[in-house]
Amino acid sequence: MVSNGTAGLESAREPLLDPADRYRAGVLKYAQMGYWDPEYEPKATDILALFRITPQDGVDPEEAAAAVAGESSTATWTVVWTDRLTAADVYRAKAYKVDPVPGAPDQYFAYIAYDLALFEPGSIANLSASIIGNVFGFKPLKALRLEDMRFPVAYVKTFDGPPTGIVVERERLDKFGRPLLGATTKPKLGLSGRNYGRVVYEALKGGLDFTKDDENINSQPFMHWRDRFLFCMEAVNRASAASGEVKGHYLNVTAATMEDMYERAEFAKELGSVVVMIDLVIGYTAIQSMSKWARRNDMILHLHRAGHGTYTRQKAHGISFRVISKWMRLAGVDHIHAGTVVGKLEGDPDMVQGYYNVLREPHNPVDLQRGLYFDQDWAGLRAVMPVASGGIHAGQMHQLLHYLGEDVVLQFGGGTIGHPQGIQAGATANRVALEAMVLARNEGRDIWNEGPQILADAARGCQPLRAALDTWGEVTFDYASTDTPDFVPTPTTS
Amino acid sequence: MRITQGTFSFLPDLTDEQIRSQVEYCLALGWAISIEYTDDAHPRNTYWEMFGQPMFDLRDAAGVMTEVAAARQAFPQHYVKVNAFDSTRGIESLRLSFMVNRPANEPGFELLRQEVEGRHIRYAIRSYATDRPEGERYS
Repeated sequence: MVSNGTAGLESAREPLLDPADRYRAGVLKYAQMGYWDPEYEPKATDILALFRITPQDGVDPEEAAAAVAGESSTATWTVVWTDRLTAADVYRAKAYKVDPVPGAPDQYFAYIAYDLALFEPGSIANLSASIIGNVFGFKPLKALRLEDMRFPVAYVKTFDGPPTGIVVERERLDKFGRPLLGATTKPKLGLSGRNYGRVVYEALKGGLDFTKDDENINSQPFMHWRDRFLFCMEAVNRASAASGEVKGHYLNVTAATMEDMYERAEFAKELGSVVVMIDLVIGYTAIQSMSKWARRNDMILHLHRAGHGTYTRQKAHGISFRVISKWMRLAGVDHIHAGTVVGKLEGDPDMVQGYYNVLREPHNPVDLQRGLYFDQDWAGLRAVMPVASGGIHAGQMHQLLHYLGEDVVLQFGGGTIGHPQGIQAGATANRVALEAMVLARNEGRDIWNEGPQILADAARGCQPLRAALDTWGEVTFDYASTDTPDFVPTPTTS
Repeated sequence: MRITQGTFSFLPDLTDEQIRSQVEYCLALGWAISIEYTDDAHPRNTYWEMFGQPMFDLRDAAGVMTEVAAARQAFPQHYVKVNAFDSTRGIESLRLSFMVNRPANEPGFELLRQEVEGRHIRYAIRSYATDRPEGERYS
């Protein structure tokens, strides 16, 4: 009999084929139980996951990968005879490949395939409970990170996806050919409803398309939610009449219960808002509920990724934001904060472009440099508008357009409200800088190199832009990223 | 007031050379160009009048510039815009839309408020231009 811990490494990796051995009461290696299968060819209908595993000293990487496959599917720590009442071979997830991580000798990439039958259709809660529900505290691993997932078309089609999507959002707003512009109302806490609406009005009248509640603006003693909604909609409508443009304010409906959120969302709808907002911390089920509500009510649904940094930032442990991006596209949000590259918050350029591609493209080919390990067909699911927010200003416009492209909301909070000539001037500076940069790019100019000159030229006809460039032109946030690509392109010699 | 619909409304009105440059960008990407005009630029007036059919399969921006000139001549006191359509699967919508003509005097919009129950207000935006019948505005 092969017992746990005494078998040679090679035999411990082999599945036990004789049922009498396999199902004898006691403890086996996960690989012996059938969770490691290097011969397995993933089916087109399988859900695939890539984990970065850091095994404890002395733990074989294949066994660690098998353990992750086991604990995220059918296994428990010991053999159970009740497996034999099921088609256990189908339900068992299979770790089918383990690769060393370049430059990280104690880490491995473990590829795991899951049969589609393991998952409830259209439920991120069910998916995440399976994939990340149990394994992240598993003792034989020092650390574990979910790097990427591949969803088969059959599974993608069980989700409604974004209620509005990039194309329809642009058609509703009648805004094409340029990134949208937004700003988060500041200070984020303490303003009365009346003062808060003032900031919204000034920013929208000055030229922004959207303003935004911050993640923790809900219904506090200084400003109850109904007051905020009423003053903000007065500001939105005034600005719309003054400019002839459709404008919006992301009214944050995040609240303690679904009933409260529905009540707030209904009120936003009654007041004629085009957009409502939720925070990631409300949970996947609440997000899917709000997505269905938004679809029924022609509402753009903005998601603030509040809290994600607690589990996405560190490279060895947690979940990559590209996985959260994929889950949120399935769950169905229209906007999601996905990084700025150049601003104050974490974001390596390649990694951020990977998230943007996941959110916006109809199909993602494998792109190791951007952290995309699987080919993903989105099967016609609408695209999510990424939002770039946090420490960006008009002087970076050429870099933002270069890195992030056109289908993005650029949000300048401090960069609008902190303008020396006032909020309207701040908004105008951003809008002029943006339009000048898009015009120049379309004319075929090299905005990466000529950007500062293009902005300086535009500022000659726009005093607010001149003042913005004078105030912030030199501000950069130049810190090393913690979440960086594992694969970098090697120049080939010809 | 200055209506700021369209991709480049915060910049000074585009010169013909700048318009041609944008059209060339669109044609190089295979987009179809159309020209539309209206005397009621209400933010939710989606269907401006079409100045002819969309122009497909053009190679030279000159054809568009001729049409822009004709539209301006026919409707000097209207809003005129150039649109670019992208038929790529998954987009199938506008990719660029910018003004090339606007009336000398833009009266803008009135914000109507109807106070209803509680502090609830119903808003409506009304074009001053629509005080007069279609065709007699901005004369």
